[in-house]
Amino acid sequence: MSLTREDVTYVANLARLEFTPDEVTALIDKMGAVLDYAETLSELDTSTVKATEHVLAVQNVFREDVPKPCLSNEQALANAPESEAGCFKVPRVME
Amino acid sequence: MEYEMVIGMEIHVELGTRTKIFCSCPTKFGQEENTHTCPVCLGMPGVLPVLNEKVVEYATRAGLALNCEIAHFSKMDRKNYFYPDLPKAYQTSQFDLPICTGGVVEIEVDGVKKDIGITRIHIEEDAGKLLHESADGTLVDVNRCGVPLVEIVTEPDLRSAEEARTFAEKVRNIMEYTGVSDCKMQEGSMRFDVNISMREKGVTVLGTRTEMKNLNSFRALIRAVQYESKRQIIELKKGHKIVQETRKWDDTKGVSASLRSKEEAQDYRYFPEPDLVPIVIEKEYIEKIKRELPELPEAKKQRYIDEYKLPEYDAGVLTATGVTARFFEEAVVLYDEPKQISNWIMVEIPPLLKEKEITMENIPIAPVQLAELLKLVKENVINGTSGKEVLKEMFNTGKNPGEIVKEKGLAQMSDTAELEAIIEKIVADNPKSVEDIGTGNEKAYGFLTGKVMKETKGKANPQVANKIIREVVAKHLG
Repeated sequence: MSLTREDVTYVANLARLEFTPDEVTALIDKMGAVLDYAETLSELDTSTVKATEHVLAVQNVFREDVPKPCLSNEQALANAPESEAGCFKVPRVME
Repeated sequence: MEYEMVIGMEIHVELGTRTKIFCSCPTKFGQEENTHTCPVCLGMPGVLPVLNEKVVEYATRAGLALNCEIAHFSKMDRKNYFYPDLPKAYQTSQFDLPICTGGVVEIEVDGVKKDIGITRIHIEEDAGKLLHESADGTLVDVNRCGVPLVEIVTEPDLRSAEEARTFAEKVRNIMEYTGVSDCKMQEGSMRFDVNISMREKGVTVLGTRTEMKNLNSFRALIRAVQYESKRQIIELKKGHKIVQETRKWDDTKGVSASLRSKEEAQDYRYFPEPDLVPIVIEKEYIEKIKRELPELPEAKKQRYIDEYKLPEYDAGVLTATGVTARFFEEAVVLYDEPKQISNWIMVEIPPLLKEKEITMENIPIAPVQLAELLKLVKENVINGTSGKEVLKEMFNTGKNPGEIVKEKGLAQMSDTAELEAIIEKIVADNPKSVEDIGTGNEKAYGFLTGKVMKETKGKANPQVANKIIREVVAKHLG
Protein backbone atom coordinates (compact mmCIF):
# COMPACT_ATOMS: atom_id res chain seq x y z
CA MET A 1 0.00 0.00 0.00
CA SER A 2 1.56 3.30 -0.97
CA LEU A 3 1.49 6.06 1.57
CA THR A 4 2.23 9.72 1.09
CA ARG A 5 4.41 11.93 3.28
CA GLU A 6 1.20 13.63 4.42
CA ASP A 7 -0.25 10.31 5.58
CA VAL A 8 2.80 9.67 7.72
CA THR A 9 3.03 13.15 9.22
CA TYR A 10 -0.73 13.13 9.88
CA VAL A 11 -0.53 9.88 11.84
CA ALA A 12 2.63 11.07 13.58
CA ASN A 13 0.85 14.23 14.65
CA LEU A 14 -2.09 12.23 16.04
CA ALA A 15 0.38 10.19 18.10
CA ARG A 16 2.32 13.35 19.06
CA LEU A 17 5.50 11.96 17.50
CA GLU A 18 8.11 14.12 15.82
CA PHE A 19 10.18 12.80 12.92
CA THR A 20 12.99 14.20 10.82
CA PRO A 21 12.34 14.36 7.05
CA ASP A 22 14.60 11.29 6.61
CA GLU A 23 12.66 9.34 9.20
CA VAL A 24 9.41 10.24 7.45
CA THR A 25 10.84 8.97 4.17
CA ALA A 26 11.81 5.68 5.82
CA LEU A 27 8.40 5.36 7.48
CA ILE A 28 6.56 5.68 4.17
CA ASP A 29 7.86 2.23 3.25
CA LYS A 30 7.83 0.71 6.74
CA MET A 31 4.25 1.70 7.51
CA GLY A 32 3.23 0.69 4.03
CA ALA A 33 4.63 -2.79 4.63
CA VAL A 34 2.67 -3.14 7.87
CA LEU A 35 -0.51 -2.07 6.15
CA ASP A 36 0.19 -4.43 3.24
CA TYR A 37 0.47 -7.30 5.68
CA ALA A 38 -2.85 -6.39 7.30
CA GLU A 39 -4.30 -6.02 3.81
CA THR A 40 -3.90 -9.77 3.20
CA LEU A 41 -7.00 -10.20 5.38
CA SER A 42 -9.00 -8.55 2.62
CA GLU A 43 -8.42 -11.63 0.47
CA LEU A 44 -11.04 -13.39 2.56
CA ASP A 45 -14.68 -13.03 1.67
CA THR A 46 -16.30 -11.72 4.85
CA SER A 47 -19.54 -10.56 3.27
CA THR A 48 -21.50 -13.21 5.17
CA VAL A 49 -19.59 -12.89 8.47
CA LYS A 50 -21.09 -10.86 11.26
CA ALA A 51 -18.93 -8.04 12.57
CA THR A 52 -17.03 -8.94 15.74
CA GLU A 53 -17.92 -6.53 18.51
CA HIS A 54 -15.78 -8.26 21.07
CA VAL A 55 -13.40 -11.21 21.02
CA LEU A 56 -14.96 -12.82 24.09
CA ALA A 57 -18.39 -14.41 23.94
CA VAL A 58 -19.25 -12.68 27.20
CA GLN A 59 -21.74 -9.91 27.85
CA ASN A 60 -23.20 -7.86 30.69
CA VAL A 61 -20.38 -7.84 33.18
CA PHE A 62 -21.54 -5.30 35.74
CA ARG A 63 -20.55 -3.91 39.10
CA GLU A 64 -22.88 -2.95 41.94
CA ASP A 65 -23.13 0.79 42.57
CA VAL A 66 -21.43 0.61 45.97
CA PRO A 67 -18.55 2.95 46.88
CA LYS A 68 -15.22 1.51 47.99
CA PRO A 69 -12.28 3.30 49.59
CA CYS A 70 -10.16 5.46 47.29
CA LEU A 71 -6.47 6.17 47.19
CA SER A 72 -5.21 8.98 49.38
CA ASN A 73 -4.14 12.19 47.70
CA GLU A 74 -0.49 11.27 48.38
CA GLN A 75 -0.93 7.81 46.84
CA ALA A 76 -2.72 9.25 43.82
CA LEU A 77 0.10 11.71 43.17
CA ALA A 78 2.94 9.29 44.00
CA ASN A 79 3.81 8.64 40.33
CA ALA A 80 3.29 12.20 39.15
CA PRO A 81 6.48 13.74 37.69
CA GLU A 82 5.23 17.05 39.04
CA SER A 83 2.50 18.07 41.44
CA GLU A 84 1.27 21.19 43.16
CA ALA A 85 -1.52 22.00 45.62
CA GLY A 86 -2.75 18.38 45.70
CA CYS A 87 -2.97 18.25 41.90
CA PHE A 88 -1.10 16.76 38.98
CA LYS A 89 0.89 19.47 37.29
CA VAL A 90 1.21 19.51 33.52
CA PRO A 91 2.59 22.01 31.01
CA ARG A 92 0.33 25.01 30.68
CA VAL A 93 -2.84 24.29 28.69
CA MET A 94 -4.43 27.25 26.95
CA GLU A 95 -8.09 27.64 27.87
CA MET B 1 -32.69 38.39 2.55
CA GLU B 2 -34.22 36.51 5.42
CA TYR B 3 -32.26 33.84 7.23
CA GLU B 4 -33.38 30.87 9.22
CA MET B 5 -31.41 29.51 12.15
CA VAL B 6 -30.84 25.75 12.41
CA ILE B 7 -29.69 24.39 15.76
CA GLY B 8 -28.80 20.93 16.95
CA MET B 9 -27.77 20.26 20.52
CA GLU B 10 -25.70 17.83 22.50
CA ILE B 11 -26.58 17.75 26.17
CA HIS B 12 -24.27 16.14 28.69
CA VAL B 13 -25.98 15.03 31.88
CA GLU B 14 -24.07 13.64 34.85
CA LEU B 15 -25.88 10.61 36.23
CA GLY B 16 -26.69 10.55 39.92
CA THR B 17 -25.03 7.21 40.68
CA ARG B 18 -23.14 6.79 43.94
CA THR B 19 -20.01 5.57 42.19
CA LYS B 20 -18.16 6.24 38.95
CA ILE B 21 -18.95 4.47 35.69
CA PHE B 22 -16.06 1.97 35.67
CA CYS B 23 -14.75 1.94 39.25
CA SER B 24 -16.06 2.15 42.82
CA CYS B 25 -14.87 5.68 43.58
CA PRO B 26 -17.64 7.97 44.88
CA THR B 27 -18.98 10.64 42.52
CA LYS B 28 -19.45 13.27 45.22
CA PHE B 29 -19.04 16.86 44.01
CA GLY B 30 -16.83 19.47 45.63
CA GLN B 31 -14.38 17.20 47.41
CA GLU B 32 -10.71 17.93 48.01
CA GLU B 33 -8.69 17.54 44.81
CA ASN B 34 -7.56 14.03 43.85
CA THR B 35 -9.03 12.28 46.87
CA HIS B 36 -11.65 10.30 44.92
CA THR B 37 -9.45 8.29 42.62
CA CYS B 38 -8.20 4.77 42.19
CA PRO B 39 -5.90 3.02 39.70
CA VAL B 40 -8.83 2.60 37.24
CA CYS B 41 -9.86 6.26 36.96
CA LEU B 42 -6.23 7.39 37.19
CA GLY B 43 -5.61 5.35 34.04
CA MET B 44 -2.90 3.12 35.49
CA PRO B 45 -1.63 0.43 33.14
CA GLY B 46 -3.05 -3.05 33.54
CA VAL B 47 -6.26 -2.14 35.33
CA LEU B 48 -9.68 -3.37 34.21
CA PRO B 49 -12.79 -1.21 34.17
CA VAL B 50 -16.12 -2.80 35.13
CA LEU B 51 -19.38 -1.11 34.13
CA ASN B 52 -21.65 0.20 36.91
CA GLU B 53 -25.05 -1.53 36.54
CA LYS B 54 -26.85 1.65 37.67
CA VAL B 55 -25.46 3.49 34.64
CA VAL B 56 -27.25 1.06 32.33
CA GLU B 57 -30.42 1.40 34.38
CA TYR B 58 -30.34 5.22 34.45
CA ALA B 59 -29.50 5.48 30.74
CA THR B 60 -32.39 3.14 29.94
CA ARG B 61 -34.68 5.22 32.11
CA ALA B 62 -33.49 8.47 30.49
CA GLY B 63 -33.98 6.94 27.06
CA LEU B 64 -37.51 5.75 27.80
CA ALA B 65 -38.43 9.14 29.28
CA LEU B 66 -37.28 10.78 26.03
CA ASN B 67 -39.25 8.24 23.97
CA CYS B 68 -36.19 6.46 22.59
CA GLU B 69 -35.67 2.91 21.38
CA ILE B 70 -33.45 1.02 23.80
CA ALA B 71 -30.81 -0.97 21.96
CA HIS B 72 -30.87 -4.72 22.52
CA PHE B 73 -27.14 -4.75 21.87
CA SER B 74 -24.70 -1.93 22.54
CA LYS B 75 -21.01 -1.62 23.25
CA MET B 76 -18.37 0.76 24.54
CA ASP B 77 -15.68 2.35 22.37
CA ARG B 78 -12.51 4.31 22.88
CA LYS B 79 -12.42 7.90 21.68
CA ASN B 80 -8.78 8.88 21.42
CA TYR B 81 -7.44 12.34 22.09
CA PHE B 82 -4.62 13.90 24.03
CA TYR B 83 -5.71 16.33 26.68
CA PRO B 84 -4.55 16.31 30.29
CA ASP B 85 -8.09 16.07 31.66
CA LEU B 86 -8.05 12.41 30.54
CA PRO B 87 -5.27 10.39 32.15
CA LYS B 88 -5.84 7.45 29.77
CA ALA B 89 -5.51 9.64 26.64
CA TYR B 90 -8.87 8.26 25.53
CA GLN B 91 -12.42 8.62 26.72
CA THR B 92 -14.48 5.48 27.08
CA SER B 93 -17.68 6.31 25.23
CA GLN B 94 -20.05 4.77 22.69
CA PHE B 95 -19.62 5.22 18.95
CA ASP B 96 -21.73 3.26 16.48
CA LEU B 97 -23.94 1.28 18.85
CA PRO B 98 -25.29 3.69 21.48
CA ILE B 99 -27.65 2.51 24.19
CA CYS B 100 -30.63 4.62 22.96
CA THR B 101 -31.70 5.93 19.56
CA GLY B 102 -34.57 7.75 17.89
CA GLY B 103 -36.44 9.64 20.59
CA VAL B 104 -38.65 12.69 20.55
CA VAL B 105 -39.46 15.55 22.93
CA GLU B 106 -42.37 17.89 22.42
CA ILE B 107 -41.81 21.54 23.20
CA GLU B 108 -44.14 24.52 23.15
CA VAL B 109 -42.95 28.03 22.29
CA ASP B 110 -45.39 30.91 21.93
CA GLY B 111 -48.30 28.50 21.92
CA VAL B 112 -46.88 26.44 19.05
CA LYS B 113 -46.14 22.79 19.75
CA LYS B 114 -43.26 21.11 18.01
CA ASP B 115 -41.43 17.78 18.12
CA ILE B 116 -37.67 17.80 18.58
CA GLY B 117 -36.00 14.59 17.45
CA ILE B 118 -33.46 12.83 19.64
CA THR B 119 -30.87 11.15 17.42
CA ARG B 120 -29.22 9.12 20.13
CA ILE B 121 -28.22 8.89 23.77
CA HIS B 122 -24.95 7.26 24.70
CA ILE B 123 -23.13 6.62 27.95
CA GLU B 124 -19.58 7.76 28.61
CA GLU B 125 -17.21 8.90 31.32
CA ASP B 126 -16.68 12.51 32.33
CA ALA B 127 -13.19 13.98 32.18
CA GLY B 128 -11.19 15.53 35.01
CA LYS B 129 -10.98 19.20 35.79
CA LEU B 130 -8.20 21.56 34.77
CA LEU B 131 -7.36 24.33 37.20
CA HIS B 132 -5.47 27.33 35.94
CA GLU B 133 -4.15 28.53 39.25
CA SER B 134 -0.52 27.67 38.96
CA ALA B 135 1.95 30.28 37.76
CA ASP B 136 3.86 28.02 35.40
CA GLY B 137 1.58 25.12 34.53
CA THR B 138 -1.92 23.66 34.60
CA LEU B 139 -3.19 21.66 37.57
CA VAL B 140 -5.32 18.54 37.11
CA ASP B 141 -7.97 17.24 39.49
CA VAL B 142 -8.99 13.70 38.54
CA ASN B 143 -11.98 13.44 40.96
CA ARG B 144 -14.53 14.01 38.18
CA CYS B 145 -12.79 11.59 35.86
CA GLY B 146 -15.08 8.61 35.35
CA VAL B 147 -18.25 10.22 36.64
CA PRO B 148 -20.97 8.71 34.41
CA LEU B 149 -22.59 10.86 31.75
CA VAL B 150 -25.29 10.44 29.19
CA GLU B 151 -24.86 12.52 26.05
CA ILE B 152 -28.19 13.38 24.44
CA VAL B 153 -27.85 14.32 20.77
CA THR B 154 -30.71 16.03 18.93
CA GLU B 155 -31.64 16.31 15.29
CA PRO B 156 -31.13 19.81 13.80
CA ASP B 157 -34.77 20.59 14.62
CA LEU B 158 -34.43 23.75 16.71
CA ARG B 159 -35.01 27.12 15.03
CA SER B 160 -34.42 29.79 17.68
CA ALA B 161 -32.62 30.52 20.92
CA GLU B 162 -35.99 30.35 22.66
CA GLU B 163 -36.65 26.86 21.27
CA ALA B 164 -33.19 25.76 22.34
CA ARG B 165 -33.75 27.04 25.87
CA THR B 166 -37.24 25.54 26.12
CA PHE B 167 -35.96 22.21 24.89
CA ALA B 168 -32.97 22.23 27.26
CA GLU B 169 -35.20 23.10 30.22
CA LYS B 170 -37.63 20.36 29.31
CA VAL B 171 -34.84 17.81 29.12
CA ARG B 172 -33.54 18.99 32.47
CA ASN B 173 -36.98 18.62 34.06
CA ILE B 174 -37.41 15.14 32.65
CA MET B 175 -33.95 14.06 33.82
CA GLU B 176 -34.67 15.48 37.27
CA TYR B 177 -38.12 13.87 37.43
CA THR B 178 -36.82 10.46 36.48
CA GLY B 179 -34.17 10.77 39.17
CA VAL B 180 -31.28 9.97 36.83
CA SER B 181 -29.55 13.26 37.65
CA ASP B 182 -29.77 16.09 40.16
CA CYS B 183 -29.24 18.42 37.16
CA LYS B 184 -27.43 21.00 39.28
CA MET B 185 -26.33 23.50 36.66
CA GLN B 186 -24.01 25.36 39.04
CA GLU B 187 -22.13 22.10 39.71
CA GLY B 188 -21.80 21.35 36.01
CA SER B 189 -24.18 18.37 36.17
CA MET B 190 -25.61 19.51 32.86
CA ARG B 191 -23.69 21.09 29.97
CA PHE B 192 -24.73 22.03 26.46
CA ASP B 193 -22.95 21.99 23.10
CA VAL B 194 -24.77 23.77 20.26
CA ASN B 195 -24.33 23.41 16.51
CA ILE B 196 -25.59 26.46 14.66
CA SER B 197 -25.95 27.19 10.98
CA MET B 198 -27.94 29.70 8.97
CA ARG B 199 -29.72 29.28 5.68
CA GLU B 200 -31.97 31.39 3.50
CA LYS B 201 -35.62 30.95 4.38
CA GLY B 202 -37.19 28.33 2.19
CA VAL B 203 -33.92 26.53 1.43
CA THR B 204 -33.81 22.94 2.63
CA VAL B 205 -30.05 22.30 2.43
CA LEU B 206 -28.20 22.93 5.69
CA GLY B 207 -25.64 25.74 5.84
CA THR B 208 -22.12 25.35 7.20
CA ARG B 209 -22.26 25.01 10.96
CA THR B 210 -20.13 26.05 13.87
CA GLU B 211 -20.09 24.33 17.21
CA MET B 212 -19.94 25.87 20.65
CA LYS B 213 -19.02 23.63 23.54
CA ASN B 214 -19.60 23.50 27.26
CA LEU B 215 -22.30 26.10 27.82
CA ASN B 216 -23.19 25.58 31.44
CA SER B 217 -26.28 27.70 32.01
CA PHE B 218 -29.53 28.43 30.19
CA ARG B 219 -28.49 32.06 30.05
CA ALA B 220 -25.18 31.19 28.39
CA LEU B 221 -27.06 28.95 25.96
CA ILE B 222 -29.45 31.71 24.87
CA ARG B 223 -26.75 34.36 24.62
CA ALA B 224 -24.36 32.12 22.74
CA VAL B 225 -27.03 31.18 20.18
CA GLN B 226 -28.10 34.80 19.72
CA TYR B 227 -24.53 36.00 19.34
CA GLU B 228 -23.42 33.24 16.99
CA SER B 229 -26.47 33.52 14.71
CA LYS B 230 -25.97 37.27 14.40
CA ARG B 231 -22.29 36.81 13.68
CA GLN B 232 -23.05 34.31 10.93
CA ILE B 233 -25.69 36.55 9.34
CA ILE B 234 -23.22 39.45 9.26
CA GLU B 235 -20.59 37.22 7.64
CA LEU B 236 -23.08 35.89 5.08
CA LYS B 237 -24.35 39.38 4.21
CA LYS B 238 -20.77 40.44 3.57
CA GLY B 239 -20.61 37.58 1.11
CA HIS B 240 -18.20 35.59 3.30
CA LYS B 241 -18.39 31.85 3.73
CA ILE B 242 -18.94 30.42 7.20
CA VAL B 243 -15.94 28.40 8.31
CA GLN B 244 -16.80 25.08 9.87
CA GLU B 245 -15.11 25.27 13.24
CA THR B 246 -15.39 24.85 16.97
CA ARG B 247 -15.88 28.15 18.76
CA LYS B 248 -15.53 28.98 22.40
CA TRP B 249 -18.22 31.01 24.11
CA ASP B 250 -16.91 33.61 26.56
CA ASP B 251 -19.88 34.29 28.83
CA THR B 252 -18.21 37.17 30.65
CA LYS B 253 -17.39 39.10 27.48
CA GLY B 254 -20.47 37.84 25.64
CA VAL B 255 -18.58 36.87 22.49
CA SER B 256 -17.51 33.67 20.74
CA ALA B 257 -14.05 33.11 19.29
CA SER B 258 -12.58 30.47 17.02
CA LEU B 259 -11.05 27.56 18.90
CA ARG B 260 -10.10 25.20 16.10
CA SER B 261 -11.01 24.89 12.47
CA LYS B 262 -12.14 21.83 10.54
CA GLU B 263 -8.63 21.40 9.14
CA GLU B 264 -7.40 20.82 12.68
CA ALA B 265 -10.53 18.85 13.49
CA GLN B 266 -10.09 15.99 15.90
CA ASP B 267 -9.58 12.55 14.48
CA TYR B 268 -10.80 10.45 17.37
CA ARG B 269 -9.94 7.05 15.88
CA TYR B 270 -12.79 5.31 17.68
CA PHE B 271 -12.41 1.58 18.17
CA PRO B 272 -14.26 -1.02 20.27
CA GLU B 273 -13.15 -1.04 23.90
CA PRO B 274 -11.47 -4.41 24.41
CA ASP B 275 -11.63 -4.17 28.22
CA LEU B 276 -15.41 -3.95 28.41
CA VAL B 277 -17.84 -6.53 27.10
CA PRO B 278 -21.02 -5.66 25.19
CA ILE B 279 -24.26 -4.68 26.92
CA VAL B 280 -27.29 -6.78 26.08
CA ILE B 281 -30.64 -5.47 27.28
CA GLU B 282 -33.62 -7.82 27.26
CA LYS B 283 -37.22 -6.79 26.64
CA GLU B 284 -38.25 -7.77 30.18
CA TYR B 285 -35.67 -5.41 31.64
CA ILE B 286 -36.91 -2.52 29.48
CA GLU B 287 -40.51 -3.30 30.45
CA LYS B 288 -39.58 -3.30 34.12
CA ILE B 289 -37.83 0.09 33.87
CA LYS B 290 -40.81 1.40 31.92
CA ARG B 291 -43.21 0.32 34.66
CA GLU B 292 -41.05 1.98 37.29
CA LEU B 293 -40.86 5.31 35.44
CA PRO B 294 -42.28 8.07 37.62
CA GLU B 295 -44.99 10.42 36.42
CA LEU B 296 -43.37 12.82 33.92
CA PRO B 297 -43.89 16.63 33.91
CA GLU B 298 -46.53 16.64 31.16
CA ALA B 299 -48.70 13.99 32.82
CA LYS B 300 -48.26 15.58 36.22
CA LYS B 301 -49.36 18.96 34.92
CA GLN B 302 -52.54 17.44 33.49
CA ARG B 303 -53.22 15.63 36.75
CA TYR B 304 -52.86 18.87 38.74
CA ILE B 305 -55.47 20.43 36.48
CA ASP B 306 -57.85 17.45 36.75
CA GLU B 307 -57.30 16.33 40.31
CA TYR B 308 -56.53 19.57 42.14
CA LYS B 309 -58.66 21.80 39.87
CA LEU B 310 -55.72 24.16 39.44
CA PRO B 311 -55.52 26.63 36.55
CA GLU B 312 -53.21 25.52 33.74
CA TYR B 313 -50.80 28.30 34.62
CA ASP B 314 -50.46 27.12 38.23
CA ALA B 315 -50.06 23.51 37.14
CA GLY B 316 -47.30 24.55 34.74
CA VAL B 317 -45.37 26.51 37.35
CA LEU B 318 -45.69 23.83 40.03
CA THR B 319 -44.57 21.01 37.75
CA ALA B 320 -41.72 22.98 36.13
CA THR B 321 -39.27 21.28 38.45
CA GLY B 322 -39.55 18.03 40.35
CA VAL B 323 -38.53 19.69 43.61
CA THR B 324 -41.39 22.19 43.45
CA ALA B 325 -43.89 19.48 42.49
CA ARG B 326 -42.76 17.29 45.38
CA PHE B 327 -43.02 20.22 47.79
CA PHE B 328 -46.53 20.99 46.59
CA GLU B 329 -47.67 17.38 46.77
CA GLU B 330 -46.35 16.88 50.29
CA ALA B 331 -48.06 20.07 51.46
CA VAL B 332 -51.37 19.26 49.79
CA VAL B 333 -51.56 15.91 51.59
CA LEU B 334 -51.40 17.77 54.89
CA TYR B 335 -53.61 20.67 53.93
CA ASP B 336 -56.26 20.06 51.34
CA GLU B 337 -56.43 23.53 49.76
CA PRO B 338 -54.44 23.13 46.52
CA LYS B 339 -55.08 26.65 45.20
CA GLN B 340 -54.04 28.24 48.50
CA ILE B 341 -50.81 26.23 48.57
CA SER B 342 -50.21 27.00 44.91
CA ASN B 343 -50.61 30.75 45.55
CA TRP B 344 -48.12 30.73 48.37
CA ILE B 345 -45.60 28.66 46.42
CA MET B 346 -45.93 30.85 43.33
CA VAL B 347 -46.27 34.29 44.94
CA GLU B 348 -44.86 34.38 48.47
CA ILE B 349 -42.00 31.87 48.35
CA PRO B 350 -40.04 33.03 45.24
CA PRO B 351 -39.11 36.50 46.59
CA LEU B 352 -37.86 34.92 49.81
CA LEU B 353 -35.75 32.43 47.85
CA LYS B 354 -34.41 35.25 45.74
CA GLU B 355 -33.49 37.27 48.79
CA LYS B 356 -31.47 34.35 50.11
CA GLU B 357 -30.06 33.62 46.62
CA ILE B 358 -31.17 30.01 46.74
CA THR B 359 -33.56 27.83 44.74
CA MET B 360 -36.40 25.45 45.68
CA GLU B 361 -33.78 22.71 46.03
CA ASN B 362 -32.45 24.36 49.17
CA ILE B 363 -35.70 25.80 50.52
CA PRO B 364 -35.20 26.12 54.28
CA ILE B 365 -38.80 25.25 55.18
CA ALA B 366 -40.53 21.88 54.98
CA PRO B 367 -43.89 21.33 53.24
CA VAL B 368 -45.38 20.42 56.61
CA GLN B 369 -44.42 23.87 57.90
CA LEU B 370 -46.13 25.64 55.03
CA ALA B 371 -49.23 23.49 55.58
CA GLU B 372 -49.23 24.42 59.25
CA LEU B 373 -48.88 28.10 58.45
CA LEU B 374 -51.79 28.02 56.01
CA LYS B 375 -53.92 26.24 58.60
CA LEU B 376 -53.21 29.04 61.06
CA VAL B 377 -54.40 31.56 58.47
CA LYS B 378 -57.44 29.48 57.57
CA GLU B 379 -58.44 29.10 61.21
CA ASN B 380 -58.07 32.86 61.72
CA VAL B 381 -55.35 32.44 64.29
CA ILE B 382 -53.40 34.94 62.23
CA ASN B 383 -54.43 37.01 59.26
CA GLY B 384 -52.87 36.87 55.80
CA THR B 385 -50.54 39.81 56.35
CA SER B 386 -49.12 38.27 59.51
CA GLY B 387 -48.88 35.00 57.62
CA LYS B 388 -46.40 36.54 55.20
CA GLU B 389 -44.40 37.88 58.10
CA VAL B 390 -44.37 34.45 59.74
CA LEU B 391 -43.23 32.83 56.47
CA LYS B 392 -40.31 35.23 56.28
CA GLU B 393 -39.39 34.43 59.86
CA MET B 394 -39.62 30.70 59.08
CA PHE B 395 -37.14 31.23 56.23
CA ASN B 396 -34.77 33.09 58.54
CA THR B 397 -34.97 30.92 61.63
CA GLY B 398 -36.32 27.56 60.50
CA LYS B 399 -38.76 27.71 63.41
CA ASN B 400 -42.29 26.34 63.20
CA PRO B 401 -45.09 28.82 62.42
CA GLY B 402 -46.91 28.19 65.70
CA GLU B 403 -43.80 29.02 67.65
CA ILE B 404 -43.20 32.23 65.70
CA VAL B 405 -46.81 33.36 66.14
CA LYS B 406 -46.45 32.89 69.90
CA GLU B 407 -43.03 34.57 70.14
CA LYS B 408 -43.98 37.60 68.10
CA GLY B 409 -47.46 37.86 69.56
CA LEU B 410 -48.99 37.74 66.10
CA ALA B 411 -52.07 35.77 67.01
CA GLN B 412 -55.22 37.62 66.04
CA MET B 413 -57.21 39.08 68.89
CA SER B 414 -60.35 37.07 68.93
CA ASP B 415 -60.63 37.62 72.65
CA THR B 416 -63.89 39.54 72.58
CA ALA B 417 -63.54 41.25 75.95
CA GLU B 418 -60.14 42.71 75.13
CA LEU B 419 -61.28 43.83 71.69
CA GLU B 420 -64.48 45.28 73.10
CA ALA B 421 -62.53 47.49 75.50
CA ILE B 422 -60.38 48.82 72.67
CA ILE B 423 -63.36 49.40 70.41
CA GLU B 424 -65.36 51.10 73.15
CA LYS B 425 -62.54 53.59 73.56
CA ILE B 426 -62.12 54.22 69.83
CA VAL B 427 -65.83 54.74 69.30
CA ALA B 428 -65.97 57.10 72.26
CA ASP B 429 -63.00 59.06 70.89
CA ASN B 430 -64.62 59.45 67.44
CA PRO B 431 -68.13 60.81 67.96
CA LYS B 432 -68.07 62.32 64.45
CA SER B 433 -67.89 58.85 62.90
CA VAL B 434 -70.75 57.61 65.01
CA GLU B 435 -72.76 60.63 63.92
CA ASP B 436 -71.92 59.93 60.26
CA ILE B 437 -73.07 56.36 60.59
CA GLY B 438 -76.25 57.66 62.20
CA THR B 439 -76.91 59.70 59.07
CA GLY B 440 -76.36 56.70 56.89
CA ASN B 441 -72.70 57.08 55.92
CA GLU B 442 -71.55 53.46 56.02
CA LYS B 443 -68.01 54.49 55.03
CA ALA B 444 -67.37 55.60 58.59
CA TYR B 445 -67.30 51.92 59.58
CA GLY B 446 -64.22 51.53 57.46
CA PHE B 447 -62.58 54.43 59.24
CA LEU B 448 -63.30 52.87 62.64
CA THR B 449 -62.08 49.45 61.52
CA GLY B 450 -58.86 51.10 60.37
CA LYS B 451 -58.42 52.68 63.78
CA VAL B 452 -58.95 49.30 65.47
CA MET B 453 -56.43 47.58 63.21
CA LYS B 454 -53.92 50.33 63.92
CA GLU B 455 -54.50 50.10 67.64
CA THR B 456 -54.10 46.31 67.63
CA LYS B 457 -51.15 46.39 65.20
CA GLY B 458 -53.19 44.42 62.70
CA LYS B 459 -53.86 41.54 65.04
CA ALA B 460 -57.59 42.06 65.38
CA ASN B 461 -59.63 39.46 63.62
CA PRO B 462 -61.37 41.63 61.02
CA GLN B 463 -64.67 39.75 61.13
CA VAL B 464 -64.86 39.79 64.92
CA ALA B 465 -63.80 43.45 65.11
CA ASN B 466 -66.42 44.43 62.58
CA LYS B 467 -69.16 42.71 64.47
CA ILE B 468 -68.21 44.41 67.75
CA ILE B 469 -67.85 47.84 66.11
CA ARG B 470 -71.38 47.55 64.79
CA GLU B 471 -72.69 46.53 68.21
CA VAL B 472 -70.89 49.34 70.02
CA VAL B 473 -71.90 51.99 67.47
CA ALA B 474 -75.50 50.81 67.67
CA LYS B 475 -75.34 51.18 71.43
CA HIS B 476 -73.98 54.72 71.12
CA LEU B 477 -76.64 55.70 68.63
CA GLY B 478 -79.04 54.29 71.17
